[in-house]
Amino acid sequence: MSAVAVDGVWKFYGDYPALKNIRLEAARGSCLALIGRNGAGKTTLLRIIAGFNRPGKGQVRIFGREPRETDARRQIGFIGHGISVYDELSAFENLKLYGQLYNLPDPRASATEWLERTGLARVASGLVREFSRGMRQRLAVARAFLHEPSVLLLDEPFTALDDKAIAVLQRLLREALAQGKTIVMSTHQLREALELSSHVAMLNRGQVAFHGPCTPEMISDPGYVYARYGEG
Amino acid sequence: MGFFHQAFVITVKDLRAELRTKEAVNSSFAFALVILLLFSFAFDSFEETTQQMAGGLLWIVFAFAGTLILNRSFARELPNDCLDALIAAPISGAALFLGKAIANFVLVMAVELISLPVFGIFSNVHWTRQFPELMLVLVLGSWGMTIIGTIFSALTVNIRLREVMLPMLTYPILIPPLMGAMQLTSGLVAGTPIAPDTVVWLKVLIGFDVVYTAVSLFLVETVLVG
Repeated sequence: MSAVAVDGVWKFYGDYPALKNIRLEAARGSCLALIGRNGAGKTTLLRIIAGFNRPGKGQVRIFGREPRETDARRQIGFIGHGISVYDELSAFENLKLYGQLYNLPDPRASATEWLERTGLARVASGLVREFSRGMRQRLAVARAFLHEPSVLLLDEPFTALDDKAIAVLQRLLREALAQGKTIVMSTHQLREALELSSHVAMLNRGQVAFHGPCTPEMISDPGYVYARYGEG
Repeated sequence: MGFFHQAFVITVKDLRAELRTKEAVNSSFAFALVILLLFSFAFDSFEETTQQMAGGLLWIVFAFAGTLILNRSFARELPNDCLDALIAAPISGAALFLGKAIANFVLVMAVELISLPVFGIFSNVHWTRQFPELMLVLVLGSWGMTIIGTIFSALTVNIRLREVMLPMLTYPILIPPLMGAMQLTSGLVAGTPIAPDTVVWLKVLIGFDVVYTAVSLFLVETVLVG
């Protein structure tokens, strides 16, 4: 069974089809890089996979379950454009909150562990509104990994990260892959993404222009897929 | 984690965030204070007609001031896309909604309870004469207002003009409970207990609260995810 299966998904904004008959799969333990120009539909697709929006037609399955099912949601970790943590709460309070919402056995211990793993233990009691951008991004990473999700959905995860946060995220993603977790990430940073990816899917105007394994040509020349399957 | 514990976690989170910033409560209370002050100038507090209108004036203040709190309810989740994380979390939309509604209710009640003595002083109203019954009306009226405000706050969260849209959508629906609360409050602050001829308004309040709480809990998942 695929970890993530997207079957004939369409999404309409009014009459405009943002996604047209998308069919994709990501096997357990694989890393799928979703690439494409701005407006290609990457974020829309990731949000549908995460269960934030319902598709107009077609279906998405996370380990055979509909994404809005509680068990499926427990298995998904999502990093979107926003950091999804509260400015008015401390770093520790934020992680404890999500630990409680994900029904972790010991939310306080999990929060403390992930603050240490992301290098934020020193500022655990500091309010997020006082954090630098890099610290906020690392907290967002900790929030997404806190409940040990089996499927990580990352929407342009390397954008706006400082070098320390990129290093933290890359290390965590490699560890996740080594543990058999599945990653689907949309990205414009092809070099960082393709180093991790086992598969690539390219979206072009809401359609899948290419879907297949990540080849050595792609890694050596990140523009290769665009040149071959894109609009140039 | 059970349904009510999930709701409790959301309530605590919202109250903690609000207590740190106080942005909704402060603006709501300041607004209530100004309106009460203006009413005290506009109406002669020693006139009998003013005493008869007391319940209506009070609930107009509560409705307007409450909207300022309710507007912030889901808007609070927007700045860092926190709503996405809440929708992604394995909690039911109903628990999320109930948690937010309870937090809003606490904040609305807090503003009302502070405004009430101020109203008593400015309007020369002895509001403590039927205190337990007045509290019952306050709780029922405020819960109805909170439930409608919270569900429409979720519905309008992504609309650009949500501050304008929320009152436009909620006030027409709130006419029945506000009418009930106004009628009952006017009598209670005048020292008249709830009698058989006014108990129908209490039933309206209870019925409204039960029906709209049930409908909101049922619909909120659709409202949030589509």
